[in-house]
Amino acid sequence: MSKPDAARLGALGDASECHEPVDLAGLTAAEAQAMLERMMLIRAVEERIGEAVEAGEVQCPCHLAIGQEAVAVGVARHVQEGDRVFGGHRSHGHFLALGAPVESLFAEVLGKDTGCSRGMGGSMHLRDMGHKFWGSVPIVGATIPIAVGTALAAQMDDSEAIAVSFFGDGATEEGVFHEAMNLAAVKRLPVVFVCENNLFSSHLHVSLRQPADSTCRFAEAHCMPWRRVDGNDVVIMASAMNEAAGHARTGEGPFYLEAVTYRWRGHVGPREDLDVGVKRKDDLAQWKRRDPIARLAAGLGVEPDWAPVRASVAEAWRQAEAAPAPAPRAHLERVFS
Amino acid sequence: MTTYCEAILEAHHWLMRERPEVFCIGQGLWSPWYVGNSMRDLEKEFGEARVIDTPVSEAATTGAALGAALGGYRPIVVHPRVDFAVLAMDVVVNQAANWNSMFGGGVPVPLTVRAIINRGGEQGAQHSQALHAWYAHVPGLRVVMPSTPVDARDLLIASVLCDDPVVYIDDRWLYEAEAELPPVAPVDLRAIRPRVLRQGTDLTLVGTGHAAAMCQEAADLLEDVSCEVIDVPVINPMVDADWNVLRESRTRTRRMLVVDGTWSSCGWAATVVAAMGGGQTLTLPPAPAPTSGELENEFYQPIGAAAVAATAMEMCGA
Repeated sequence: MSKPDAARLGALGDASECHEPVDLAGLTAAEAQAMLERMMLIRAVEERIGEAVEAGEVQCPCHLAIGQEAVAVGVARHVQEGDRVFGGHRSHGHFLALGAPVESLFAEVLGKDTGCSRGMGGSMHLRDMGHKFWGSVPIVGATIPIAVGTALAAQMDDSEAIAVSFFGDGATEEGVFHEAMNLAAVKRLPVVFVCENNLFSSHLHVSLRQPADSTCRFAEAHCMPWRRVDGNDVVIMASAMNEAAGHARTGEGPFYLEAVTYRWRGHVGPREDLDVGVKRKDDLAQWKRRDPIARLAAGLGVEPDWAPVRASVAEAWRQAEAAPAPAPRAHLERVFS
Repeated sequence: MTTYCEAILEAHHWLMRERPEVFCIGQGLWSPWYVGNSMRDLEKEFGEARVIDTPVSEAATTGAALGAALGGYRPIVVHPRVDFAVLAMDVVVNQAANWNSMFGGGVPVPLTVRAIINRGGEQGAQHSQALHAWYAHVPGLRVVMPSTPVDARDLLIASVLCDDPVVYIDDRWLYEAEAELPPVAPVDLRAIRPRVLRQGTDLTLVGTGHAAAMCQEAADLLEDVSCEVIDVPVINPMVDADWNVLRESRTRTRRMLVVDGTWSSCGWAATVVAAMGGGQTLTLPPAPAPTSGELENEFYQPIGAAAVAATAMEMCGA
């Protein structure tokens, strides 16, 4: 097989392709079921947050990744103890895929003291070191060099830990992305770059922002091995992460993954039709046929059972709502360590 | 006697020797110029794995240093000119400064960003700036401006041992200044207050970094005016205990002149005057630095010792 074109998404970027059930490829039903449940949890959590935004219960800007759950869950499958994972403005899924508690995410978007960032971060600044999620921030691309630095620390420690940097196709237009890729490559740092290419940065399609639609060409430019995968197939996603993480963990240097996916909601907030045009509406209907949850369920031959997931989400929401707000002046006491 | 430049080098030696989690990263660390000699031969003594020369990537390098700080190290990221540190502003202002607060506290960010004011010699607009006020504006950053060899050494050590992000700004115009250095005794950066370098009765001169040294020189020049000189080595955060040192002096002398080696607009000198409820300032004219030697002399004249002395005499009616 000839090497795929590093600059073109090809069929993966075509909404009318890749609708078939997920091939479990040797995974046990239990393993696949666990990933299905994790994706369903993320979906249900984000839908609940979307409802809360619509109802005015949540004020902070929330960027939902509904439709992209397989990327986070596939990657998380090969994140190990000691690894350090970073995200961006759209990171609820990354946070939950690593097993961080739903209640602490809900509390955070509600501005509660029990939130993962003690009510100082909201949706866009999440951290849970205990679950290997070292931080997400909304400055586009900003955590990429920071993740690279944690990989440098891991290399200096002579440990097997790796850094995982989640970002979107828009971040590849930031200068610091290229600086960080170059630095990681020249120092052979143990980092896996995970680009979630959902074709849109905010309202703007990649064709209006870049001369080619695949970001893998940047990995080529930085002499880094790469793989482009169907980001809505959690088994393929996990398998690619297994290869990438293994490469980084064994001292071979950085690896670049491009996960082709699509977000169902607008850039920010719960609406499907805000900040996007009619063309996207047609595309969205096609992309929904690439639903990572439905496809895995079909591969497993099961019907997703949403009732218990929604019940646990509702309970977590109740707990978060009942939690106390941060103490007055708390913001003045955390300026320094 | 030890120069200011040698004192910085000594601080690096002490830190690298005593603290295995300290490393240095930045551009030019293996170059024969060694950041104005302030990092001479460090990579030979401590190895290139701990003294890391980098690609021409200020943002990624500073971001990586921040990441390493989160990962348990105490990096010193070096920008041989503060003008170039501007390329890393997101990392410093949006990320490092906010990291502890925006995630609810509890994780130290022991990052030291060392940036150097390096001007004169007809270097022009982009090799001459003093941008400390940009950093000092931001809660969450400690901003250190040493004016003496002792502080150059001890406050670099204190910066690196501090669990908060610190912007340490040294000044090439001070590199030849000499002093006797006592043995190293680590100090807590949070305990550093403004220092009364000289007591006087007619007027209080206040400066930070190179400007503090100019205040000292001016005081030496003045025979008929008794100057009190206060050096402010940490310009952010400034807390009540800091302001009290200045206020007490001004109450006594009734006159205060604040010298700041940069522009006035939204600057540190204005902040001091506002906090004190009065005083005069000496700063640079609101223009980019020229290259032509004659214009350059004119440009820097307001923050030189002679101008400080002349203004002090005027203020005292001497």
